[in-house]
Amino acid sequence: MLEAVLFYILAAVLLGMTLLVITRTNPIASSLGLVVAFGALAALYALLSASLVAIIQILVYAGGIMVLMIFVIMLLNLHADDLRPMAARGLTVALSLLAVMAGVLGPVLLVVFPSGNWIMAPLPDGFGGIFAVGSKIFSDYLFPFEMLSLVLLTAIVGALVLSKRKL
Amino acid sequence: MDPNQTCTLINIAVMTVLMWLIPLQFVPFFIWLERKGSAIIQDRVGPNRTGILGFRLFGMVQNFADVVKLVMKENIVPANVNRFYFMLAPFWAMTVSLLPLLVVPLAAPLEMAGHSIRFQAADLGVGVLFILSITSMGVFGIILAGWSSNNKFSLLGSLRSSAQMISYELSMGLSMVGLLMVYQDVRMSVIVETQGRLLTAWGHALPLPNWGIFLQPVGFLLFLVAAFAETNRNPFDLAEGESELVAGFHLEYSSVKFSLFFMAEYANMVVAAFVIATLFLGGYQVPFASTQELQADPKLALVLLCCTLVLLKGLAGVFFYKRGVQQKHLYTGVKQAEPFLFAGLCFAVVVAALGLMGYGLTAGLPAGVNGVLIPVLQLLCLLLKVLFFCWLFVWVRWTLPRFRYDQLMKMGWKLMLPLALLNLLVTGVLLLTQK
Repeated sequence: MLEAVLFYILAAVLLGMTLLVITRTNPIASSLGLVVAFGALAALYALLSASLVAIIQILVYAGGIMVLMIFVIMLLNLHADDLRPMAARGLTVALSLLAVMAGVLGPVLLVVFPSGNWIMAPLPDGFGGIFAVGSKIFSDYLFPFEMLSLVLLTAIVGALVLSKRKL
Repeated sequence: MDPNQTCTLINIAVMTVLMWLIPLQFVPFFIWLERKGSAIIQDRVGPNRTGILGFRLFGMVQNFADVVKLVMKENIVPANVNRFYFMLAPFWAMTVSLLPLLVVPLAAPLEMAGHSIRFQAADLGVGVLFILSITSMGVFGIILAGWSSNNKFSLLGSLRSSAQMISYELSMGLSMVGLLMVYQDVRMSVIVETQGRLLTAWGHALPLPNWGIFLQPVGFLLFLVAAFAETNRNPFDLAEGESELVAGFHLEYSSVKFSLFFMAEYANMVVAAFVIATLFLGGYQVPFASTQELQADPKLALVLLCCTLVLLKGLAGVFFYKRGVQQKHLYTGVKQAEPFLFAGLCFAVVVAALGLMGYGLTAGLPAGVNGVLIPVLQLLCLLLKVLFFCWLFVWVRWTLPRFRYDQLMKMGWKLMLPLALLNLLVTGVLLLTQK
């Protein structure tokens, strides 16, 4: 009961804030909406007993990446006049939302629940905690994990090369 | 709902409120400590004029005067600011600064009448990571304040400060990783429990408590420096930088909005002191007397508590008395009598503690009282550690000058980050050889 109430509140916050992100013309307003949306998403993860993912969501996305985004936006110093042509119409927003729903979420749901059986087995103890996730990452998924760090390293080197013309 | 669950819920609710109140109550004390501390370091007298009916509480009453001044001031919102974000920023800063304390345990759980009373608002499975993630949200308050003020100095201050906080967050997180490798857990209650044992190295027990500061000396230093940087405290107070940026990110703020920023800064430091004390100095653990030992021996907690009280209050009483004698010729009436009054109170506590100890040792205390004494003793121990770090914050601020911006960045990225990584490597190798 409590979980259901929390879920609906968090889902409403998440949806409302995501709508703010795509409807506001002020970039700071959009990115702050995204911060709150990340927070609500993290809380949803926590509700699904994925506590580590929840905290990483806040730590990395809301705390790290969003700060950098706001940083860039603030330095660009955009004025209201520059932004007016970018304002989107309500219908476009609604249609693109529907397209995303149908095109991305539909197939995912079909793959995850092929039989339409929505009742899950109870989770094992410590599911989603730091020990469970850590041991999975460093045993079963070691290769993808290392590949990801390589991809990130490539991105860092690329950013350095782009930003520093003369090394 | 069954009564046990209700008890747990009430326990959590009470602790949550308490964990919000504790840093708020520390703030005026900290401001007083800062004023008196700076006065001692600079050989001044410090605040000693404000008083209520002649009672000055050694300058503490000055805080009331400040609060009245700040609340009475006009709440100015400049013309060209982004109003919503301008108002949001101080609230964001204050809220975020109070949150991390929720996972810090104040004392060991107390078993009483079949219920387990926990002195921790939330014993999260992600523990330490929660603190990191909340501190990473603190940047937004400063960014928003600087940007929405529509002022060059504010924006420069907030840019500097957010760059600084992002840079030092890395070293802070990495210095914490070494600690987690040693403790093998991220849960705060487990971390503090582990620190109650004696230090063991390669199978030999050493006469030292198993504290983070002994297990991770380099990690402790890195964490301490990063904590100074994260709280925007001198020598890292480039966000404000009075000599360069007027007042930095809170330049356009006045009245209560300014006081929220001011309080958030001090609340941040109090929380940082709590976190450092919990992670590196054993938290609530009394050195050489673990919770199990205290529970096993009913008289140990009593003797330790009374001895600490006698020592502290005795010293304070002597100090007050000396101060009273020194200033006797300066004042008359209440002002003259005040130090003697406080000295008398302190000595009364000393006598009461001695009496309690004598009674407990000879007649024995009723069962259950000992159980209550243990959390009191442990809370006192934690508060002493926290007070030390509060004083350290004051001490460093009034001793060191501010860094230049390039020095700050060089130190963060070229000194602290490699050191933290090296610390990780050495810790890993040492842990492998231990096995």
